[in-house]
Amino acid sequence: MTVQTTGSNGNGHGSSVPEEIDYDDPRTTRFEKVKAAARQDGVDIVHYEPQFPERGSRLEKRMSRSVAFMFLLVGLFGTAFVVLYIVWPWRYEQGDVMMKYYTPLLGATLGLALLFLAFAILTWGKKLLPKEVSIQDRHDGGAPEGDRRAVGQTLAYMVEELGVKRRPLLGLAAAAGLAPVAVVVAAPLVGGLIKNPHADNQMFTTGWSPIKEPNGGTRLVRLTRDDGTPIRPADVSAGGQMTVFPGIPEGATNAHADSPTLLIHLRPDDAAVARANNVKGTGHDKFDRSDFMYGDYIAYSKICTHAGCPASLYEQQTNRLLCPCHQSQFLITDNAKPVFGPASRSLPQLPLDVDEEGYFVARSDYQATVGPDFWERP
Amino acid sequence: MKRRKIDLKTLPAKAGNEVEDRLGVATPLRSIINKVFPDHWSFLLGEIALFSFIVLLLTGTFLTLFFEPSLKEVTYDGSYTPLRGVHMSAAYASSLDLSFDVRGGLVMRQMHHWSALVFMAAIIVHMLRIFFTGAYRKPREVNWIIGSLLFWIGFLAGFTGYSLPDDALSGTGLRIASAIMLSIPLIGTWLTSSIFNGEFPGDIIISRFFIAHVLLIPALLVALISVHLALVFKQKHTQWPGPGRTNTNVVGERFFPRYTIKQAGFFMAVAGVIAVLAGALQINPIWLFGPYEAGVVSAASQPDWYVMFLDGSTRLMPAWQINIGIGNGYVIPPIFWPTVVLPGILTTLPLLYPFIEARLNKDNKIHNLLQRPRDVPQRTALGAMAVSFFLVLTLSGGNDVIADKFNISLNAMTWAGRIGLLIVPPIAYWVTYRICLGLQQHDREVLAHGVETGIIRRSPDGRFYEVHQPLGHDHEALPYAGWVVPKKMNRLGALGPALKGFFRPLERPAEAPVSPGHPPVEAAPERREIESKH
Repeated sequence: MTVQTTGSNGNGHGSSVPEEIDYDDPRTTRFEKVKAAARQDGVDIVHYEPQFPERGSRLEKRMSRSVAFMFLLVGLFGTAFVVLYIVWPWRYEQGDVMMKYYTPLLGATLGLALLFLAFAILTWGKKLLPKEVSIQDRHDGGAPEGDRRAVGQTLAYMVEELGVKRRPLLGLAAAAGLAPVAVVVAAPLVGGLIKNPHADNQMFTTGWSPIKEPNGGTRLVRLTRDDGTPIRPADVSAGGQMTVFPGIPEGATNAHADSPTLLIHLRPDDAAVARANNVKGTGHDKFDRSDFMYGDYIAYSKICTHAGCPASLYEQQTNRLLCPCHQSQFLITDNAKPVFGPASRSLPQLPLDVDEEGYFVARSDYQATVGPDFWERP
Repeated sequence: MKRRKIDLKTLPAKAGNEVEDRLGVATPLRSIINKVFPDHWSFLLGEIALFSFIVLLLTGTFLTLFFEPSLKEVTYDGSYTPLRGVHMSAAYASSLDLSFDVRGGLVMRQMHHWSALVFMAAIIVHMLRIFFTGAYRKPREVNWIIGSLLFWIGFLAGFTGYSLPDDALSGTGLRIASAIMLSIPLIGTWLTSSIFNGEFPGDIIISRFFIAHVLLIPALLVALISVHLALVFKQKHTQWPGPGRTNTNVVGERFFPRYTIKQAGFFMAVAGVIAVLAGALQINPIWLFGPYEAGVVSAASQPDWYVMFLDGSTRLMPAWQINIGIGNGYVIPPIFWPTVVLPGILTTLPLLYPFIEARLNKDNKIHNLLQRPRDVPQRTALGAMAVSFFLVLTLSGGNDVIADKFNISLNAMTWAGRIGLLIVPPIAYWVTYRICLGLQQHDREVLAHGVETGIIRRSPDGRFYEVHQPLGHDHEALPYAGWVVPKKMNRLGALGPALKGFFRPLERPAEAPVSPGHPPVEAAPERREIESKH
């Protein structure tokens, strides 16, 4: 029962005026009415073929049975989802195995329900509904010339009527009046958001700058662990390293995201090299680091000068610090200068000392700028 | 009182008329129902993006009900014991609660993240389809531009969302983003300080990212996706060349019912796959990373896959710092080039590409028929070049993991990436170009000489030659029509129809199926044994 039509005489599909069809005529089938309606939209249904030549054939029955079965499976998995959602133990208990399967089970049941729904719908659409080939005309290229001219003339006429050309004052005044309004719209947004990056000299100071006492003196900042306890030289064994934070309130929090520092206890021969290189300088910055080390201890900013990640992988054998984000490598024994990767600047070095109680302090803030580079860094 | 009788038979017609009298929707509805869509598997790639976006909206709305976008410091007191008593931001704590203390919250979080990855992947694959088939040509340049912008807006959506939980990984990503913004000459520090409200990280960035992630960016995405679809609707879909298909018609199925049903089923399939992924494959287990602390990072910290190419470009960039010796001195850091300039180029060039190509080809025509990639070797090779560029960068984004797993020196990986970035794309161009030409040539050969039959014939004088089945009549070479050339006898109907049924056929088809546009191929009346004569 293949329906083959050639449309409106096979040429210029739908471009000819569609023939009138009497929708009340009982002699025309409903499909003929559908085709007539389609022709009104310039669509020709040229091929319409039922999937099953015989109605109610074994193949058709089998196909509808499998669609029905899939819908039942949707219900089954949907119900399973709800039941599992309610009854399965879901709270986190350390060492509980059951609870670990909660999320996988929810995902699996929901996913299978949706997938069987998908298969059911797709099978229904693709295997049970008739195949068709329809042809529709495109109407590319927009409106015909006449319409374009009409719109163009209308717009041009409206512009003329405004008379900005004849009355130049009006145009100028409108522009002058509207420009500030545009600024009014933008002002609160820009004005509210904009923030001076150099207020408090924030780009160049860290938590290590000496604290001003109320009596006018200054107090040097201690090196502390993340729990705030100070550090003695003996706490770091030779070849060891420790992340230290400024011993100020909130010093170990993200409020001082530029301050984390790596304190390294070099082995004596490495320390000698590092000290000699400190005296020599790096060549590309002008800081005098000759007395920055304390004994065999050296401290560098942990914040990579490339993108601000913590350069925290310390390779004892080669004395290199590696930043795990972009693999910049810094040579600890040579002013932490970059030796590989995208970083172009040495890690800033913290000048170390020990106070009268025997705890590490920073003699001053970093002299080089900490963290990623920016335009106005001198 | 007399009860009015309701005639059930005329009720739908009556109700329909009442609606029509008021709303006047019948004519537009008819034209929508009758709209013809061409059919090909590759036309459904964009739908994957659309459907995963719907899943994103649904799951995302759920997440907002529990997430607290705040950097206020709290002490964790939820059910995940290993982190109890740890100081963290409210954002991280509420993300943990979503994973452990909201029933079914974790599966929603994982569905959200997975659908974001699928969304971006579908956008890229869809764009590749558009590019390699030339679907962006006039009149569809605007939709190409909208599509490219959708990728970058999706990228922003992904990045802001990735930053929200404020775990160690996302905080590191945010710090890198701040370094990228800092590197912009002149305005870098002002821009960064304005976005973070002071120095990194400040205390407001999460709530700003939150409103961008749940309102501003989705609104933009919804608006652009709507225009994108409206344009597809208005301009009608492109189609492959083929029997009866011309530049001025659309051959396919009407919107209703089959096309709609297929779309509905496909939506369910995409959602189902995302749900299975979300259940089976753990994604972004933030509780293992811990809260963000400026001094803590772990190795092998990779971003989501669609950000990895920028991570890779950053890793490969040599340490070339530009110093400008005016006044106190100014700096352009090396990170500026791979993370600001490169994405800038990668955004602009594709936007302009349709116009550049049209200009070079002096092509002002309207194109509704797609091109097979092999038929436009320059474009295909250019596309292969772009893809290989992207792949080298993406692999370099994970070069530390590759170095670790395969025991390669990390520095060697970086150098391989640097060199590969320069030489792999040209090689890809050349190889693709040659493959295209080869395929073209083979198409023409088959059209001229016919399909290989696999039958070797020996002539009386002892020569062997292969028998070809000609496609045209009287051994005339057929013209190439821009569409698949049959290259196997099976495509010509030489293989019997597949029978349904396990033990015995359920139904025997009346005759061999005939593909439209091809004359039925008659089986040879008899098979002749090939005899050998000694």
